[in-house]
Amino acid sequence: MSIWDYANPKKFMDASGAVLPWVAALAGLCLIAGIGWGFFFTPDAVNFGATVKIIYLHVPSAMMAINAWVMMLVASLIWLIRRHHVSALAAKAAAPVGLTMTLIALLTGAIWGQPMWGTWWAWDPRLTSFLILTLFYLGYLALWQAVENPDTAADLTSVLCIVGSVFALLSRYAVNFWNQGLHQGASLSLDKKENVSDVYYLPLLICIAGFVLLFVALVLLRTRTEIRARRLAALLLRERMA
Amino acid sequence: MDLGKYGQVVLWSYVAAIGLIAVLIAFSLWQAAKTRRALREVEARQEQING
Repeated sequence: MSIWDYANPKKFMDASGAVLPWVAALAGLCLIAGIGWGFFFTPDAVNFGATVKIIYLHVPSAMMAINAWVMMLVASLIWLIRRHHVSALAAKAAAPVGLTMTLIALLTGAIWGQPMWGTWWAWDPRLTSFLILTLFYLGYLALWQAVENPDTAADLTSVLCIVGSVFALLSRYAVNFWNQGLHQGASLSLDKKENVSDVYYLPLLICIAGFVLLFVALVLLRTRTEIRARRLAALLLRERMA
Repeated sequence: MDLGKYGQVVLWSYVAAIGLIAVLIAFSLWQAAKTRRALREVEARQEQING
């Protein structure tokens, strides 16, 4: 069985229907455990006080905001190269989820920044590239709505996704590229020396797992809806033609 | 549980984030149910027409 078999909408619906309840349940468990642990059972930080608890929402949502765009990029490239409709619909389905994650990262960052930096917003490289990424998400969604022919919409949004990937990458590496601005470096890294303190590390990892699983569950659910909507449109067109 | 002088900041962050996630989940479920129902209706209608 090849992964390309799931480009068949029927096979995708069967497989995703079987997997979706498990992924959703696991996402709920991880989010409740991670956020509950982080919020109720971790101490305040010496320098940040209780605001350190925002890390359990801010870091996973920011990671998912960028990774959602990367997933959309991969799906868009598959559409452009192999013309699999399910991949185009999966990219479309992921966009509102990515946009929500971006908004959560911006909002929680602003709420945290006010007492810590003394400002809600700064034109810092990472914050600015994140704001541009938000605008790309909005533009991407608007483009899907604006173009009537779904294949043309998929083509145009795929190109927009490729262009926007520059800002997704900039959002991730802005702190490293420009060693200026208010935003600190990555909270988590494969290099253990750079990670947050051990007491916050495990609940944060569980929260990240929860956000990843939530993203997968929502993308599966929304892709299934898009496939049904596409079939519905085709059946209604057939009715009108008869 | 005492969140100290940053209590409001922390609570507003959680309200904003969980609120946005709840709206996204509710909207996705509503859209899924609406599309599924509409598709079932059209499929049933076409089955009747085609015998």
